[in-house]
Amino acid sequence: MAARRPVFSHVFLVGWALLTTLPLAWAVLSSFKSDEEILTDPWGLPSTLRWENWSRAWGSAHIGRYFLNSAIVVSGALVLTMLFGAMAAYVLARYRFRGRRVVYFAFVGGMMFPVFLALVPLFFVVRDLGLLGSLGGLILVYAAYSLPFTVFFLTAFFRTLPATVAEAAMVDGCGHFGLFFRVMLPMARPGLVSVGIFNFLFQWNQYVLPIVLMQGEGAEKKWVLAQGLTALAVNEGYRGDFSGLFAGMAIAMVPVLIGYLAFHRQVQSGLAAGQMR
Amino acid sequence: MRGKRLFIAVFLIPPLLLYGIFVISPYAQAFQISGTDWGGLTPDFEYVGVANFRRLLGDGVFWNALRHNGLLLVLLPVTTILLGLFFASMISVGGRRDRVGVHGVRGAGFYRVVYFFPQVLSVAIIGVLWKQMYAPSTGLINGTFRAVGLDAWATPWLGDPRFSFWCVFAVMLWMNVGFYVVLFSAAMQSIPRDIYEAALLDGAGRVSTLFRVTVPLVWDTIQVAWVYLAVIAIDGFAIVQIITDGGPGFSSDVVGLRLYKTAFTDAQFGYASAIGVAMFFLTLTVAAAFLRVTRRDRVEL
Repeated sequence: MAARRPVFSHVFLVGWALLTTLPLAWAVLSSFKSDEEILTDPWGLPSTLRWENWSRAWGSAHIGRYFLNSAIVVSGALVLTMLFGAMAAYVLARYRFRGRRVVYFAFVGGMMFPVFLALVPLFFVVRDLGLLGSLGGLILVYAAYSLPFTVFFLTAFFRTLPATVAEAAMVDGCGHFGLFFRVMLPMARPGLVSVGIFNFLFQWNQYVLPIVLMQGEGAEKKWVLAQGLTALAVNEGYRGDFSGLFAGMAIAMVPVLIGYLAFHRQVQSGLAAGQMR
Repeated sequence: MRGKRLFIAVFLIPPLLLYGIFVISPYAQAFQISGTDWGGLTPDFEYVGVANFRRLLGDGVFWNALRHNGLLLVLLPVTTILLGLFFASMISVGGRRDRVGVHGVRGAGFYRVVYFFPQVLSVAIIGVLWKQMYAPSTGLINGTFRAVGLDAWATPWLGDPRFSFWCVFAVMLWMNVGFYVVLFSAAMQSIPRDIYEAALLDGAGRVSTLFRVTVPLVWDTIQVAWVYLAVIAIDGFAIVQIITDGGPGFSSDVVGLRLYKTAFTDAQFGYASAIGVAMFFLTLTVAAAFLRVTRRDRVEL
């Protein structure tokens, strides 16, 4: 058989690559256009780089505030998730005690239920605790719903760590707490990074939980980015500030894409690990 | 071993408490609330037994939404997996075939990075973006049709009940295919090259190589993909709510959106919980059916 040039493959592969990137590039380009340019020619390029669209979206459309809220909620929730997840997983993986299997399956079983089943009661649990529309409440809820996968993944990971190191540390007079924080946690770093990336994206992109839990009076000051952006899309549609909307989209999109490009290997393996559970 | 007991308690109780309050107790309460007529504003409610579920059976709006989820459940996994396999096989074995063997295409790494873009973006960004893409006069889709002279094809996509559901379906495809391309091409990397070379020597074409050689060898990965796409198909709430809000009329409604509106627009919390419980059993049924259907002998290498 003669050597064939893979033209066929490349036509399709490039086609899908364009289909994936064009909408994203279009949104970023449109964020620099004037409203009139947006209205007249979807394919046209911006005549100048109008950064004022970005500053308008960041300031008067409150995207900046939503961005900050998202950052607060996700950093708080991520720390809590990783700490609690690692603690529970470590104990479940390396200590024998009565009820261990029950606790493990209670955590892991949470992965099988659709979040929708819990939505209505969750709203009232959070309301009765007085946490509706508060960043703190959202942090606790994000962390709680991230625990099943985190515990599942890290339990498997802690089991793979060699027992000899732990024994040696114990012989050297290291207590249970010291062993965990000074020996086991550093050894588990690769696992913590994978599951941390997965949780970061899960929490940063969360949409259903915030729209249910961030309701009520004054709650719009506490909105997170995903929620604020969709509200902006509805409002700007009425007001006709299309450039502001595209700028808001670009502000929400560009940092995540840059972060992904910088760490694409880790992000892909982290997400794949999440999906293959 | 007092120290050990204390350590286990200190490490296990805080996470369990958090998890019990915000995850386990809502799941348990969902079943209880689904048997009541609770309106949520007052603490009073009555147990109505299975009345909510009986009402569900006769609720045309619910069945309409369920039908859309059913369509998604059949079409989304099939199309996503086929497209994923198609692109993945091109990336990992679609390159030159010559005497030295079978190669991946040049730029395979580039494709894997780019195809993954939608996966890292929030569903909110994707929804808002595509709503603009479909916009009647300012959107890129109609803009493209007009630019190439197909003005007659330019229509208000999301405003037409014939198209709205399929527009959302296309977005779901767009946002998911890339992930499975990456997943499948990673699985295909672990297939020994000489199997392909043997198939090539036997005169197998691209299509028969894909279905007779590649698919059986990545079957495990395909199964996992199927389960996750089924979960996405049963949900579908966020993307539908953002792009069409179920409309026009109920032409793109899904069960998740029904639940959300029943609870947080109509304040019928008992009935909304019943929808949630129905969804839960639907998920279980699909999972059980799936496990029966896909039981197939593994190909060992």
